[in-house]
Amino acid sequence: MLDLRGKSATGDRAFRWIAIGAAALVLLVLGLVALVMTSRAGPVLSKMGVDFFTSARWSAPDALFGALPFIWGTLFTALIALAIAVPVSLGVALFVTQVAPRWMKKPMVYLIDLLAVVPSVVFGLWGVLVLSQHFGLGRSFLTAGIILAVMITPIITSLAREVIETTPPSDKEAALALGATRWEMITATVLPHSRGGLVGAVMLGLGRALGETIAAALVIGSALGQITVNPFAPGNSMPAVIANEWGEADDMHKSALIALAVTLFVITIAVNLVATAIVQRSMRRSGGKA
Amino acid sequence: MKKMFLIGTLALLGACGGKKDEGGTKADPGGSSAAQPAGDGPVTLNASGATFQKAFQEVAVEGYTKANPKTKINYGAGGSGKGRQDFADQVVDFACTDAPFKDADLGKVKGGDFFYIPNVLGAITVSFNVDGVDKLNLSAETLAKIFQRDIKKWNDAAIAADNKDAKLPDADIVVAHRSDGSGTTENFTKYLDKASGGAWKLKSGSTVEWPADTQAGNGNGGVAQIVKSTKGAIGYVDLSDAKASGLKYAAIKNQAGKFADPTPEAVSAAGDGIEVNDKLIFSALDAKGDAAYPITAQSWCMIYAKPKANAAALKSYFKYMLTDGQKLLPEIDFAPIPKSLQDKALAQLDKVQ
Repeated sequence: MLDLRGKSATGDRAFRWIAIGAAALVLLVLGLVALVMTSRAGPVLSKMGVDFFTSARWSAPDALFGALPFIWGTLFTALIALAIAVPVSLGVALFVTQVAPRWMKKPMVYLIDLLAVVPSVVFGLWGVLVLSQHFGLGRSFLTAGIILAVMITPIITSLAREVIETTPPSDKEAALALGATRWEMITATVLPHSRGGLVGAVMLGLGRALGETIAAALVIGSALGQITVNPFAPGNSMPAVIANEWGEADDMHKSALIALAVTLFVITIAVNLVATAIVQRSMRRSGGKA
Repeated sequence: MKKMFLIGTLALLGACGGKKDEGGTKADPGGSSAAQPAGDGPVTLNASGATFQKAFQEVAVEGYTKANPKTKINYGAGGSGKGRQDFADQVVDFACTDAPFKDADLGKVKGGDFFYIPNVLGAITVSFNVDGVDKLNLSAETLAKIFQRDIKKWNDAAIAADNKDAKLPDADIVVAHRSDGSGTTENFTKYLDKASGGAWKLKSGSTVEWPADTQAGNGNGGVAQIVKSTKGAIGYVDLSDAKASGLKYAAIKNQAGKFADPTPEAVSAAGDGIEVNDKLIFSALDAKGDAAYPITAQSWCMIYAKPKANAAALKSYFKYMLTDGQKLLPEIDFAPIPKSLQDKALAQLDKVQ
């Protein structure tokens, strides 16, 4: 008995330190990334000041760097992606959990999860060949938005499916017993129960859409100074600019690209923090099972 | 993707070559002459840099390793900027670039003195896709106005003035440029800046502030693709990619006032008109001479005066690029450097230890 307890105490201690070490390492890496990036973004931020975020001119030969069109492009394409992906994802998730016959469920889930592991460059090339050339969409915010939608649909779907499945069967059965149709049952029990988790799923999809680089770089059009709500116009996004211009950039230009990365970093972290908070709140409400 | 394929191919080439007569050359005293690299053991030279030189490096490496099967050369075409960075950080044995280091960046070069060895001249074409137009004459000023969207129609008076015989349609011009930072963009915009008599307002650099109503493609291939698939398009593409895509390209008015087509001869003629400083830095853009094609770009490979390793193999390969390798250039739509420059480059190479 004594012997056993001694062993387990050592194990406990080792586990404790490994866990603390792992957690500290993550924080350390995150902190160092933030520190190095911010310091290297310093030159352009001190030169441009607030103009970096509010100016629409991006001219490397003039050493003028205003990121507003790229911030807009990133958000706009992500919004287009969400507008397409959210209804589709929720529809698929509800179909799989509430409507589909049992034999169909597993293959459907498997196929959707498979979409999530397709490398983004494949989607990007598909976008170039099929969407922009074959369907004549050209390179535009919309083309990029559609590609991003395809990429984030599996993520949102698979999270949404898990959240929806946590709805207590008793609630659903009660609704049906009261004479509710399937649609009424879904709106009365499933959706209210999983609202928080669904918002979290959408936010995680948004996080991925914001940071997607290669697919966006291939189809967005790389046009400068575009701040427009016309989805058919070519534009640019922060990750695409970084990927395109890094190779040949001189010092101030590099600093500007790093400042773009910092901006993107802050936006995606904010999105993920909000997502985590919403998911946690919904988990607490639904008794810890989400 | 392309880069990985290239390296893979090279690795394969090296592996095939390496097996030949393992014991046969043992008698070689080793290091006796610069032309015979590295005595016994296999040598691997790693290099990176300009995409402009990718085609040349491919054929030069192939030709060189055929004669020197124990040397393996990997050229990663990641761009001129990456080449300069890798060279400065000494992570490659040599690097190639379309533009020399800026003075402010020379302090970052960690390996001490180094030489610029010019090895390639090539044309940047102005390719176009206009129905019913096969031949097009353009001056630098008109080009500048087209690329900054002052001229928006193909039948504009400025274009028509240089093309009396052509049936120019009343069609919109679609301008195509590079989406990625590029030495080709840098050379093209430098040319417009230098030769357009002040008409060009966007300055020069690896990326410039292109108007929003233009189209961008990735790499020379991406721009060529846009020109090929878009009616009314015009874009700048290096000659080999323009030919590979079957594009039509314009004759450009040179300093002497003559319209020159981007042929290897016209590019070599541009090379004859250049002025070279003692570091062998020069610009072949807007060169003098009746036959010179004015948008001619140049490229260098850089080698340290005291390479960290593999000096003999490096010198041997550089010598090959400057001599036998030059003969390969016209086949891939580039042009050799002029004889006077070749002599100077070989003299620099002799200083490498």
